[in-house]
Amino acid sequence: MNLSDFFYMGGYAAFLWPAYVLVLSVLVYNIWAARRAHQEARRAAARRLQMEETRS
Amino acid sequence: MRQTGLVAAGALLYSRDLKLAFRRWEQVTQPVVFFLMVTTLFPLALSPDTAQLRQVAAGILWVAALLSALLALEFLFRSDYEDGTLEQLVLSGQPLWWLSLVKAAAHWTVSGLPLVVTSPLVAVSLAVPSQAQWTVIISLLLGTGILSFLGAIGAGLTLGIRRGSVLLSLLVLPLTMPALIFGARAVDMAIMGDSPKGPLLLLGAMFLLSMSLGPFATAASLKVSME
Amino acid sequence: MWKWFHMLASPPHFYRIAGITIPWFAWPALVLILFGLWGGLVKAPMDYQQGEGFRIFYVHVPSAIMSMFIYSTMAIAAGIGLIWRMKLAHAVAAASAPIGAWFTFCALATGSLWGKPMWGTWWVWDARLTSELILLFLYLGYIALRSSIDDPQRADRASAVLALVGVINLPIIHYSVVWWNSLHQGSTMFNPGAMSIEMKWPALAMLFGFMLYYGAVLFVRLRAEVIRRERNAAWLREELAR
Repeated sequence: MNLSDFFYMGGYAAFLWPAYVLVLSVLVYNIWAARRAHQEARRAAARRLQMEETRS
Repeated sequence: MRQTGLVAAGALLYSRDLKLAFRRWEQVTQPVVFFLMVTTLFPLALSPDTAQLRQVAAGILWVAALLSALLALEFLFRSDYEDGTLEQLVLSGQPLWWLSLVKAAAHWTVSGLPLVVTSPLVAVSLAVPSQAQWTVIISLLLGTGILSFLGAIGAGLTLGIRRGSVLLSLLVLPLTMPALIFGARAVDMAIMGDSPKGPLLLLGAMFLLSMSLGPFATAASLKVSME
Repeated sequence: MWKWFHMLASPPHFYRIAGITIPWFAWPALVLILFGLWGGLVKAPMDYQQGEGFRIFYVHVPSAIMSMFIYSTMAIAAGIGLIWRMKLAHAVAAASAPIGAWFTFCALATGSLWGKPMWGTWWVWDARLTSELILLFLYLGYIALRSSIDDPQRADRASAVLALVGVINLPIIHYSVVWWNSLHQGSTMFNPGAMSIEMKWPALAMLFGFMLYYGAVLFVRLRAEVIRRERNAAWLREELAR
């Protein structure tokens, strides 16, 4: 089928595309959130270690 | 020194809890007053037309009873936790699951039973026909029991947490939703004139499940919170 | 074997091993998901009853299966952490919760978007939808409980108890379509005769892609958890200096 038929999805486009876009966005978001959690943890740990060093 | 047996220890704890509860009479009456007020709100907000009320009566009755019983759940362990009695109970050497069962049963007697006793009155105010009255009573009896036994788990987990009452509702309500579904359905079917036997039996099964397994989870949650 | 197991559970080792493993989950996940997307949107034939609208199946069903799979993983990890007092097990449970909650949300939202054109309604209170919604509440309650307890040990153990109590919801969700005949259709993925393989394979590709994806994201979050929980400065200092 051609490209416009593909986007039209037999009339269900208004439901189908939001569903796919939603799921893919959630997947991308979770990757980003996990990586950010990791970076934050590293930063906080580095800060904590630095404070302990300067204190001792 | 004579060791206290299971039954004796249970009876002691149960009667102590009842005595304490009746000393603070407001704690017993508050949920009932809340129940009466909430159920009054609906005819005022929706419509006093009896035919319409009858359609939603089952749901209103059950949700109001659930929320009222939830109100009282906070106090299940709190005063004992604050004055150190709970610690003594955990250390007492009696099986903690048994003590949890007894405490939850005492809570049910003190907060659930008054709701059940008030329910026929409330049901009449919501235009529930007399053929459904027994279903109302039985379903709420089982439902408030389920809430006490399942709610005790949540109460144990949220001990001493600031603003724990909101968290408690958040934790306990999902667990009680199946009971709500079948309880309200039973009352609804009785109102329509069908036999509520199916949902009531399921509700009874949930009750037995929560009473038998709940105390073990409650004991685990108490041990976690008191470590 | 136990030596390997103990090594895995030791934080510095786990941190390093996880770091190496993540790409091995992530890239295959991407390939499988793209393959599944192509299969579901392009290659698979349209359903004779539902037409092109059927294609939502390929995101809805894998999400729903993941929502339950992750909860059971979370509950098992919580149980292991509770019984054997393994910090890493508690970390797995904590890290899995947000991922599982998002998959549950996806299952509910895509189900809604599928339901409206097909069955004429955004929502219906049948057993499967209701118990999936309860699953979302259980996830949220778990996350809320964790964040309201300050002491990390108590937070671990209390949320573990909660996760285990909620497990009873899983068989209800799964068997609800067997026990009650209402709007949600019966089991397709686990029922051998229900769907032809030429329509089923994109869903399987998506499902395995999602599972590898879960592994990758879980390990990233686990690395964060390990750092957060680790008090021993020596290996941390070394690691952070890299």
